[in-house]
Amino acid sequence: MYKLIFITLILFFNTTFANSLIKVDITRGNLDPLPIAVSPLHVDPKSENQENVKVKELGDKISKIIENNFRSTGLFNPLAKDAFVQKPDIAHLKPRFEDWRLIKAQALVTGKIIVKDEKLKVEFRLWDLTASKEMIALAFTTTPSNWRRVAHIISDKIYQRLTGEDGYFDTRIIYVAESGPKDRRTKKLAIMDQDGANTKYLTLGNELVLTPRFNPANQLVTYLSYFRNLPRVYLLDIETGVQEVVGNFPGMTFAPRFSPDGKKIIMSFAKDGNSDIYTMDLESRVVERITDHSSIDTSPSYSPDGKYIAFNSDRSGLQQIYVMKSDGTNVKRVTFGNGLYGTPVWSPRGDLIAFTKVRKGRFYIGVMRVDGTGERLLTENFYQEAPSWSPNGRVLVFYRETKSGAKGEGFSAKLWSIDITGYNERKIKTETDASDPSWSSLLSK
Amino acid sequence: MKFKINLRTVILVLLASFALSACATQKKAGMEGDVYTGSETVKYLASGVPDRVFFATNKSSLTTKSRDTLRKQATYLRKNKNLNITIEGHADERGTREYNLALGERRANAAKDYLMTYGVSGNRISVISYGKEKPVNTASTPLAWSQNRRSVTVKVN
Repeated sequence: MYKLIFITLILFFNTTFANSLIKVDITRGNLDPLPIAVSPLHVDPKSENQENVKVKELGDKISKIIENNFRSTGLFNPLAKDAFVQKPDIAHLKPRFEDWRLIKAQALVTGKIIVKDEKLKVEFRLWDLTASKEMIALAFTTTPSNWRRVAHIISDKIYQRLTGEDGYFDTRIIYVAESGPKDRRTKKLAIMDQDGANTKYLTLGNELVLTPRFNPANQLVTYLSYFRNLPRVYLLDIETGVQEVVGNFPGMTFAPRFSPDGKKIIMSFAKDGNSDIYTMDLESRVVERITDHSSIDTSPSYSPDGKYIAFNSDRSGLQQIYVMKSDGTNVKRVTFGNGLYGTPVWSPRGDLIAFTKVRKGRFYIGVMRVDGTGERLLTENFYQEAPSWSPNGRVLVFYRETKSGAKGEGFSAKLWSIDITGYNERKIKTETDASDPSWSSLLSK
Repeated sequence: MKFKINLRTVILVLLASFALSACATQKKAGMEGDVYTGSETVKYLASGVPDRVFFATNKSSLTTKSRDTLRKQATYLRKNKNLNITIEGHADERGTREYNLALGERRANAAKDYLMTYGVSGNRISVISYGKEKPVNTASTPLAWSQNRRSVTVKVN
């Protein structure tokens, strides 16, 4: 699945990193997205159309994906192509900056595509139209079937150059695909590209599956399965399809997540009406008990340095968020606002914890500093929960369920994303109803 | 004079407590507080032995009515010594999924513990939590949610 993509820096032009170059500020909600022109890819005349690959079509699709990625961030405004003033091949060599400025573009992406000897090569350049300068130029060589990933990697490179932060387009989301009536839902593990393409179903739907989570290394997924009606935490290798139960617990294990180094799974184990938090080392199989309290302790999530764990507990009487050292000592309650707090998830940057809040019958997705201060509620709805971070810590994906009528009609579950600024809330298209999303880290890094 | 003031106080207190008790006993159809007390979704293990008990939001404590139901189950199970059961714990759709899984487990065990104190061997009882995954009433109403906050005793043989 992971085919090699060769990246080469193009050295035809000297890339100058002047201070005057455009930069997109992503720390605030961006109400004035940067106008960007994505010129169609110029088809190299040496290209060979293969049986199933029309090079021109492929180029158009790649440029469309790049545009969609930019649009989905809310930070960029891809301009309509019919206003473009220069032919792709000429623009790619050296754009007439003043012409592009006329259509109010501030950045321009040009590119060239060639398919030859069963190899796809895509070259692109990013131009700062205000400073009349080239900002970055790269070329990718891979097999033609990998064209989508090339489009995402190019998007990431441009995003990184314009915002100064890593992108999140060459990523995938694992989630639970849902179908059927509300009281007899069929649930399958599903995986797709971040933009909703390439959906694959990883289980058949014979047993209930919940809460899949990516390993930071991407090959493995941990999730809850009711296989043989025994709810247990499982490990799944996406590449090989091999599944195995995690540990040998005499009762329900649930709420699994990986440690940041991918070597441990942290989860809840419920016995005799009490849920506590445990870890299991995947190599040595050593199980460690982290909390020991008569209350419900669940939804654990490690800080990215592995030193702390956030979790939710009802030890105060109601569900609240706590932070402790990763050995279980120094437990501190961090949420004190009105309402219930659950599903804490530590940002990959380490600075924030995302959570679900329930107050007066309404559900909120929010973020706060790791000591509980600076709470910001990003979105309110009838039911939504389970935020998961984009690898650069700028966007959250979560699921939302609708209110159903007297016979369960009108019920749906969908994935949504929102920028941590609280702007740019979007529904993510999925083939079926969907819940419990988990965002992978960047595939190419 | 003093007597009059006292009397007024007494009347005020009486009025206040009357108003309070009126609130406390105010019933939504088939609910007491937010615990379901009706029989709409209830099935029976045997004649007169209901299969389920209901819980308040986020709670796993047994009401007087639940304890009465579980004593009937215990009597029935003591008479039918070869019968094994699974107690399924459930939550409504108004909590986070993982917390609801834990809550369902706690509710099922509350019922299990009570059966054991009435002489049913723990070896005959297994528990499973479904959290919010298997609602019995699919509406999004307080009544439906109260019917879904439940533990259900199911015969396994």
